[in-house]
Amino acid sequence: MIYKGNVWKFGRDIDTDAIIPARYLKTSDPAELGKHCMEDADPEFVHKMKKGDIIVADENFGCGSSREHAPISIKAAGISCVIAKSFARIFYRNAINTGLAILESAEAVDGITAGDEIQVDTDKGEITNLTTGKVYYAKPFPEFIDNIIKQGGLISYVREKVKTPVG
Amino acid sequence: MGMTITEKILAAHAEKDRVSPGDLINVKLDLVLGNDITAPIAIKEFRQIGVDRVFDKDKVAIVPDHFAPNKDIDSAEQCSMVRQFAHEQDLTNYFEVGRMGIEHALLPEQGLVLPGDAVIGADSHTCTYGALGIFSTGVGSTDLAAAMATGETWLKVPSSIKFIFKGHLNPWVTGKDLILYTIGKIGVDGALYQAMEFTGEAISSLSIDSRLSMCNMAIEAGGKSGIIAPDNKTLDYVEGRSHRTFTAYHSDEDAAYAATYEWDVADIESQVAFPHLPSNTRGISDVGDVAIDQVVIGSCTNGRLEDLRIAAQVLKGHEVDKRVRCIVIPATQDIYRQAMKEGLIEIFVDAKAAVSTPTCGPCLGGHMGILAKGERALATTNRNFVGRMGHPESEVYLSGPAVAAASAIAGKITSPEEL
Repeated sequence: MIYKGNVWKFGRDIDTDAIIPARYLKTSDPAELGKHCMEDADPEFVHKMKKGDIIVADENFGCGSSREHAPISIKAAGISCVIAKSFARIFYRNAINTGLAILESAEAVDGITAGDEIQVDTDKGEITNLTTGKVYYAKPFPEFIDNIIKQGGLISYVREKVKTPVG
Repeated sequence: MGMTITEKILAAHAEKDRVSPGDLINVKLDLVLGNDITAPIAIKEFRQIGVDRVFDKDKVAIVPDHFAPNKDIDSAEQCSMVRQFAHEQDLTNYFEVGRMGIEHALLPEQGLVLPGDAVIGADSHTCTYGALGIFSTGVGSTDLAAAMATGETWLKVPSSIKFIFKGHLNPWVTGKDLILYTIGKIGVDGALYQAMEFTGEAISSLSIDSRLSMCNMAIEAGGKSGIIAPDNKTLDYVEGRSHRTFTAYHSDEDAAYAATYEWDVADIESQVAFPHLPSNTRGISDVGDVAIDQVVIGSCTNGRLEDLRIAAQVLKGHEVDKRVRCIVIPATQDIYRQAMKEGLIEIFVDAKAAVSTPTCGPCLGGHMGILAKGERALATTNRNFVGRMGHPESEVYLSGPAVAAASAIAGKITSPEEL
């Protein structure tokens, strides 16, 4: 997939309570969760961002709770992908499982400024800063995870697996 | 080259002789867990997989504890959906309000997780069970759905970090202080994707309750799991709780670690984590003058009997400061009953503390003690992120039960030594 959008930058240790505060976990409806995306990090975020925009953050993005509501909220708000120096492990799994595109690249995070327009080719892991012309490459996914992504997420992967007759 | 306890448990559950850090393996699970927040999404995803029944009705535990007893209509709907699923699937380990406790206190207490098990739960604090020599880790709802259908999950074998705690604990210092100290030293991503193995004579001296507190917060250092090798205390704890057989694994002498830290606990005093990260720790003597509006003593971190006994020991004969609300939440019904038998509940009520039925409630800003704008709480919980207990402009400080109880009396963050 190729995504193009403007960048919103965040610092390190953006936790899942900042991404989607627990007070909104009374529902799992993506549209409702999307309305409160990043609210406790930036209360105006969903009003300022445009569909297709991209979040760029420092280390340990998505630390804290296991709530899958976090990547669901980011996706439903219209963010096309998240680039970070590193991701907390449960968020990393949840993003893959819910089909939110994530990329790890410290160089890209350091080389991109808030408001830059960037293009991301998730197949190649290529991040192009259209504002500066610089190109960065994300750490490739392990093959096993890449297979899950290519099969359309964990549920499709497991659906195929349980269909296969045993023995 | 030998293996760590974590590698041995994972190898056994992947039906392999050995595994190494970085290996991607398929793991057979002894228990999978969901709650009223994470199970609703998992149930929707489970319906998409194309199986009618969960892999084993005895090995799927569902505990409605976060917004239960139902805090409002939306939460009631989520709990209702979870309840219907539990009944439809005839789950042995669904715990209704009245039988329910906070999941990570309840499962070990009920003997549902045993040494040598491999466990995943759709709750980040599932790492708690490592205190009994278990590999356990938190996942999201979709991973829970897949595990409910297949009884398996994929995992990357983590490298391990060894934490050696030497010496004898100072008065009032418990497992909570040791883990806050650790997170303060290595940071909130200091153990990212790794297993945190706690060892040393000070760990041996800890009660099981204190060990559960420690492993509970491995996730706050980014850890995949926390683990303590089983010893006689562990075996005494699990005895009589389950008829299931289990295996006690231990790390080999020549096992490989990504890093080793060694600390003398004589240098560790009671710890307090300042807003807004659990790594923002200070020793109690460096806290200064911090007035508080609320104290919460409870949660999957510190709502166990030892915690209530310590809080009662401090509160006995005192009253909570008039400007402070002190909320005490026994983590399970068994803990509640035992606290009543020992007279602890009476001490809390006499001290003008409010005692609640088991719930995660205020820890995640759900209910039963939400903070207003500008308010400040000291809690025995596990996270002090922005807005964690209520208004985005409120503040949460973290400590163990002794400092929390002393602070409730003083109206500011205080050591029990100063009362």
